[in-house]
Parts: sequence; structure tokens; C-alpha cells
Amino acid sequence: MTTVRPRALRDPPWMRRTLVAAALLFAALFLLLPLAAVFGYALRDGYAVYVQSLSDPDARAAIRLTLLVAAIAVPANTLFGLAAAWLITRFAFRGKGLLVTLIDLPFAVSPVVSGLVFVLLFGAQGLLGPWLAAHDVGIIFAVPGIVLATTFVTFPYVARELIPLMQDQGSEEEQAAITLGASAARMFWHVTLPKVRWALLYGVILCNARAMGEFGAVSVVSGHIRGLTATMPLQVEMLYNEFSRYSQTGAFAVASLLALLALATLAIKRLLEWRMRREHAALRPLGETA
Amino acid sequence: MLARRRSLPGFGLTLGLTLAYLAAIVLLPLAALAWKTAGLGWTEFVAAATAPRALAAYRVSFGCAAVAGAVNLVMGTLLAWVLARYRFPGRRLVDALIDLPFALPTAVAGIVLTSLYADTGPLGRLFAAAGIRIAYTPLGITLALTFVSLPFLVRSVQPVLEALEPELEEAAATLGAGRLTTMLRVILPMLAPAILAGFALAFARAVGEYGSVVFISGNLPLKTEIAPFLIVARLEEYDYAGATAIAVVLLLASFAALLAINLLQLWLVRRRSAEGTA
Repeated sequence: MTTVRPRALRDPPWMRRTLVAAALLFAALFLLLPLAAVFGYALRDGYAVYVQSLSDPDARAAIRLTLLVAAIAVPANTLFGLAAAWLITRFAFRGKGLLVTLIDLPFAVSPVVSGLVFVLLFGAQGLLGPWLAAHDVGIIFAVPGIVLATTFVTFPYVARELIPLMQDQGSEEEQAAITLGASAARMFWHVTLPKVRWALLYGVILCNARAMGEFGAVSVVSGHIRGLTATMPLQVEMLYNEFSRYSQTGAFAVASLLALLALATLAIKRLLEWRMRREHAALRPLGETA
Repeated sequence: MLARRRSLPGFGLTLGLTLAYLAAIVLLPLAALAWKTAGLGWTEFVAAATAPRALAAYRVSFGCAAVAGAVNLVMGTLLAWVLARYRFPGRRLVDALIDLPFALPTAVAGIVLTSLYADTGPLGRLFAAAGIRIAYTPLGITLALTFVSLPFLVRSVQPVLEALEPELEEAAATLGAGRLTTMLRVILPMLAPAILAGFALAFARAVGEYGSVVFISGNLPLKTEIAPFLIVARLEEYDYAGATAIAVVLLLASFAALLAINLLQLWLVRRRSAEGTA
């Protein structure tokens, strides 16, 4: 890729310059500017107002709820991702293709529809609604519904990072460990986990970013109760829609935390891509792009 | 791959865990959608799915998603080309920024685009002076959809460009083709499947997109109301039948787009293997 190209394969300088300029301009206006503007709007009335917006009790509650939801959804999907990847890449069985397709299914579903299916299942007029009402269990317009909808939309992230990698790696080392008398737990902990750790972390990071930032699905099931069922993205929405300058600045203050999360996610993602490429350089010269 | 893998532990455990979790989190909720749809009956379903407000919402969603996909077809391919082929200052930053729309929560994208492109916003003001309104028009919806679906195009074209063998370009140059001819007649046809797959992914995402659009769209029924917003509106009216019917139409549309990708890739693999044996 970085080798010098012969003259006949080099693009004329005018073309190179025009295309690079167009790409830079587009990226600056379309990607960098909105990102910078989030922080610009959040800080437009000064740092004191920014801190004040973030120490508002409702904003605090939204931050706590978002952390709680991610703390349940991400580990659950991680555990599932590991189990599904082990099953799919280490055993031959019927219906594997269907299983892989079903795991990817939530990616094809609109966020709003992802929320709707839980309303149809657990809502007042839903399939299990009457039973839940009789037993006084609240799922829709309550925290369990938010956790379920978030788990649904982030369901495939870890599994889909692990499956191609574990397929590529094969299972010779695990076979050897078992043959030499290692227990299943020991094999998993000392052989499998070290082999997949970066891809696993990669999947977890992406899963977490989506879990904390999910809006559409959560919006449908949450009921938007301030301080109780409003996650950070919903808090952003409610503050922004109040249309006063103060509340909109507050919306951007909460949004700036989510933007920081996005930046951290991108940075860690880059780092992990670099690590994975180095680790597999000997194995696969071209590397893998996600 | 070897066929026998049963010597490894954990088959029963991982099978049970995977199926139980899949059933509880994904299949059961989707079954509720199927159950509700079946309960509607054909006439009620069609009436709800083809109500004038629903038809207008599909038009806005599908139309704006298609235009956004087309814009990204050009800009995404251009970005992929520049990132794969040229070395310039800021390249790594641009490369990292491409994934921003994936990482940035949609509500954050929604409010910042709205504030920037509203008639009183720093960018919207410039356009408004020229008589172009962006926020609260289909143009604004298209803008937001272009933002969220940009990475799909870039990330499906870029790896193909990076893996392209230089021999074909050399052959074209040896045979006297100019650089532009080589690009249009040799490289572009090889990129076409990746570009189309990226377009289909971007379209499928944009059709269902909600968070980044609801703020900038204005949600005016029959004019700037997107289909996902109409689902939410129906739910707020406790019209579960209406919400379900529109949801099924949206689901079918994104399945169709994803099926198109799979068929395209199948066709590509066949064509490649046919070329290999020729």
C-alpha cells in the first residue's frame, strides 16, 4: 500500500489536490463542525452554567440511570456473545446459518420498532400486559423496559466481533489444552480468552457506546418520567424541546458528556484496531477491517 | 475446517445459553409483533398501513433516505478513495472522524444539526439569506440522514480499494489508457458491488432512523413526518394497530434492502469464480 507507485499509476497532481481538498472540506464542515458545536453550545453561557446544568438533580438521575442500564445490558450481551461465538465456531450442528442470521437480526430493526415490540409484549394492551398488571409488575414506562430495549438493540455487537475472529483462529490450541488434561474453565481462562481479548474488548466498547447512547428504542418504552425513567439521551431531548436558552444549553451540557463518550469510544477503537492488526500481522497480512 | 469438534467442552452449556437468551431478548418480542399483526386481519392491516398519513410518511422516509444514500454514494466513495490512495496531513484524523456518526448518540447529532441549520443558526442563517430553508423541511431530514449513514459507504468501499491489485491498473496504463479512463472503466466497475452494498446498508439504516431526524424534521404530518415518528405518534394515541402496521412495512423494507445486499454478494462471488475459471 505504501510502496511508491509507478508514474503511470499516479493520479495527476491537480486531481489529487482537488479530491483531497474536497474530502477535507467535507469532513471539516460535516463531521468536525457538529462535534465542536456540541461543546461550543454547552459552554456558550460559561463554565459555571455548564457545571450547574450537570449538577441538576434530573441530569444526575439521568446519568445514573444510563450507567445502570449499560451496567446490565453490556455484561449480559458480553456473556451471550462469548457463549454464542464458542458454540458457532467450535461445533458443527444443524441450523447454524439460521442462528447466525437471527443473532444479526436486531441490526435490521429500526430503533423505534425495537421499542415497539416490547410495548406489544409487556404494555397494558400487550400479550403479557394483563398478567403483569395483575401481579403488579411494571416493565413498560419503567426501568426494566429500558434495560430490555437497550439489550435488544445492542444484542449482536460482541458476538459479531468474536465469531469471525474465532473462526479464523481455529481450535487447535484449545484441543491441545483439553488433551493435556486442562479443565474447561482453565482452557477458557488461559487459552481462549487471551486469544480473543482485543476483539472482545472491541465488541464491548461498541456495545457500551450504543447502550449509553440509544434513543429511539428507549424513547418508546420509557414514558419520559423526569428523574425516574429518563436516560441521558432522553434528558437531552426533553431539555432541548423546552426551547428556552437556558434549558437548551443544559441539553447540550448533557449531550457534551455523550459526545465525550463517543470520542473516547473512537480513540479506544483506533487503539484496538492497531493492536489487533499487529497481533494478526503474521497470520493475515492484509488485516481485517470492521 | 475439520468436521469433528465434539471433543471440546461446552456444547450443551453454550447451546442452551445461546438459545435461551436469543429467545428471551429477540425472538419473544418479535413474536409479539407477529402476534399483533396476525390479530389485525388483512383489511385492518392494509387500512392502517396505507392510510394517507402513513403513505406520506413512507414517501418522506424512503425519499429522503434514497437521496441521502445518493449523496453518500458520491461523497462516501470520494472519501474512501482519498483515504485509501493519498497521504496528506490530517488523513488519520479524517479516517477516525468517519466513524463519528456511528459513535455519536443520535439525539446528540439531532440537536446539534438542528441548532446549526435552523434559520437562526450559524449555518442555517447563511442558507436562509439565499432563500433556502433547511431545518423543518425535507432538506433537513436528508441532511441528518446523510450524516448518520455516511460511514456505511466509506467503510464498505475503503477496504476494497485498499486490497485492489495494482496489476490491473498497470495493464490498463500499458495498453494506453489515461488515468481517468482507467478509473472509470477499470476501477469503478470493480468497486461497484461494494458501493451498492454500502448504499443498501445506508438506506436500510436511514429508513429506520429516528433520533437524529426528529429534532430537525419538524414532524409536520403529510409534509415532514418520517415513518418512525408516525409509529411513536400512533403509540401515543394508543393506536397499537396503526403503529404495528407501519412497523411491519418498515421491517419489510429494511429486510428487502439487506436481502438485496446478500444477493448482490452471492452474484459477485459467482462472477468472480466464473472469471477465475475462464
